[in-house]
Amino acid sequence: MRAEPALPQGTHPMTALTREMKASYAFIERNFFLSRRYWGWEIAFLVYSAAGALSISLIGAQAGDPRLILTLMVGAIFWNYLSVVFSWIAETISIERWEGTLEYTMMAPVHRSTHLLGAVAYAMVYGLIHTAAILVAVVLFFPNLSFEHANIGTIAGFMVLGSFSFVGIAMLAAILPLLYVERGAQMTFVLQSVLLLVSGVYYSIDVLPGWMQVISHLSPATYALDGVRKGLIDGVPLSALWGDIWPLLVMGVVFIPFGLWAFSRAERYAKRHGKLKRVG
Amino acid sequence: MSSTMLQEPKMTQDGSIDPAQLPNPAAASNPAPTSVPGLGPDVARGPAALLVDRVTKRFKVARKKQPVTAIADVSMRLERGGTIGILGANGSGKSTLIRLISGLLTLDEGRVEVFGHDIVREEMAVKRLINRVSVDAAFFKKLSPMENLLFAARLYGIDSGLARRETVRITERLGIAQKRLGRPVEQLSRGMQQKIAIARALLTSPALLLLDEPTTGLDPRSKLDVQTFIEEIRTNHDASIVLTTHDLDEAERLSDEIIVLNDGRIVAEGSPAALKRLVAERHGEAPTMHSVFMTYTGRSLDEDVEAAAEDDE
Ligand SMILES: Nc1ncnc2c1ncn2[C@@H]1O[C@H](COP(=O)(O)OP(=O)(O)O)[C@@H](O)[C@H]1O
Ligand SMILES: [Mg+2]
Repeated sequence: MRAEPALPQGTHPMTALTREMKASYAFIERNFFLSRRYWGWEIAFLVYSAAGALSISLIGAQAGDPRLILTLMVGAIFWNYLSVVFSWIAETISIERWEGTLEYTMMAPVHRSTHLLGAVAYAMVYGLIHTAAILVAVVLFFPNLSFEHANIGTIAGFMVLGSFSFVGIAMLAAILPLLYVERGAQMTFVLQSVLLLVSGVYYSIDVLPGWMQVISHLSPATYALDGVRKGLIDGVPLSALWGDIWPLLVMGVVFIPFGLWAFSRAERYAKRHGKLKRVG
Repeated sequence: MSSTMLQEPKMTQDGSIDPAQLPNPAAASNPAPTSVPGLGPDVARGPAALLVDRVTKRFKVARKKQPVTAIADVSMRLERGGTIGILGANGSGKSTLIRLISGLLTLDEGRVEVFGHDIVREEMAVKRLINRVSVDAAFFKKLSPMENLLFAARLYGIDSGLARRETVRITERLGIAQKRLGRPVEQLSRGMQQKIAIARALLTSPALLLLDEPTTGLDPRSKLDVQTFIEEIRTNHDASIVLTTHDLDEAERLSDEIIVLNDGRIVAEGSPAALKRLVAERHGEAPTMHSVFMTYTGRSLDEDVEAAAEDDE
């Protein structure tokens, strides 16, 4: 049997980096194994999401307003992407707690940033594939919709910025199951619901009560959705949407390092108070 | 399982861990690790596989209640290649001690070194050297043993090709048919799952293997299989082992040195033979592990385990 010997002092940084990349692939591959094993559920979930996106877009059809169709469609599809990414990251810990493998993963020689990087990478790839499938379904359903104004660059830009800024929040959400053994996963779910409510996914945030609008401005989804809509419906170029771009940049730059830092604090807390696992 | 097919060279080939060769930054500045009372003089033997020095861990259970002291001032030393058996009733602190060594719990007091590496300051180096098997074989239950083991191997930097070959080889020795490796873990018996859990630990070639009640709850047949396998690991691998158990015969059969834990404290330690001799000479008891346990903890293990199992979640 073989294993790499303990890292001697002065190991080349490239070797260390390769090692970390490989370790983060462990999480990508494992999540892929999980998706593959639960393929029945994956299909069911896809059908459910597609039906949801269609039925919401149909509200626009009933109103006879193509612009409303597009607005709702963007909300449904893009929210689907963000929430899928969010769930995969936020559930990194709760899945393992549920399965009972958390302690094994936590004692492996892997930095937490590597662990989370793997979770994020899988979440994004999964989210893109999932969302693309829904997009195809919706476009086929509304063959007469015109996308002639759409600015692809703007849409892509906000996809990237939106995921980037969501990652930090998802990491913060992933901490909850570390701190609260029972309630953590439930709190994550509630957080996701609140984001849905305040981010103007299907309506303008102007219709929300004032105090809720304050929270809206703290949600990256608010800016990302606004940006995607303007790009898709009105063809606004990225350069004209600085007002939506900078909050996303700031949130990404602040939330990701903060998420990592908070995660390591939470891990220490969990190890001090025996929250990782108690029985056995 | 025939013993001939179990023979294999020690892990000294390319890339394998030889703890003696591991860097030991502490050695230069601090040549003699603190000697641990009760476990013999500390001659120049190189770093111990495991050194636990006056470790204490408390848990806050409820806001207004006193914290529970799960481990109180525990010290021990395990030489390379040795096996230490930790014997204790349910709730005596065995798992807490294992988790402290594994870095899954922080130390309140004291320090732990693995092959000369401090577990707090050199966390990554230590993590690469250890692996653990717990009482519940924890897997992604819908995934296959192979998928679970591939994940574990990658976390320890082992390529999938090598991991696959090793998985087949190790599980074969455990008497697990190759076709089972592709089915969901949940379809395997408890005994089988526990064997896979041991295979998962061995896959990463741990220099220090922590076995936390690996045979508890197994049927007699599987229990025997697992014990036999642990014996083979002792003879065929260069692994030092910490084994917790509440099975007296198992402790006696598998350990060079036994530590009896009671309410988080060490109440007796020594080789099985020495402990038995001691109770016979000093206390006039029959020279059995049962009387050793009774004498030092004041309780019978069998009764206690039954009772504790009920109020344990
Ligand atoms: N995570 C934890 N939180 C609170 N108390 C704990 C925790 N883990 C163990 N304990 C307590 O510490 C004591 C020792 O438990 P444990 O180490 O699990 O014993 P054993 O493994 O010997 O059965 C028990 O009183 C147990 O209730
Ligand atoms: Mg235990």
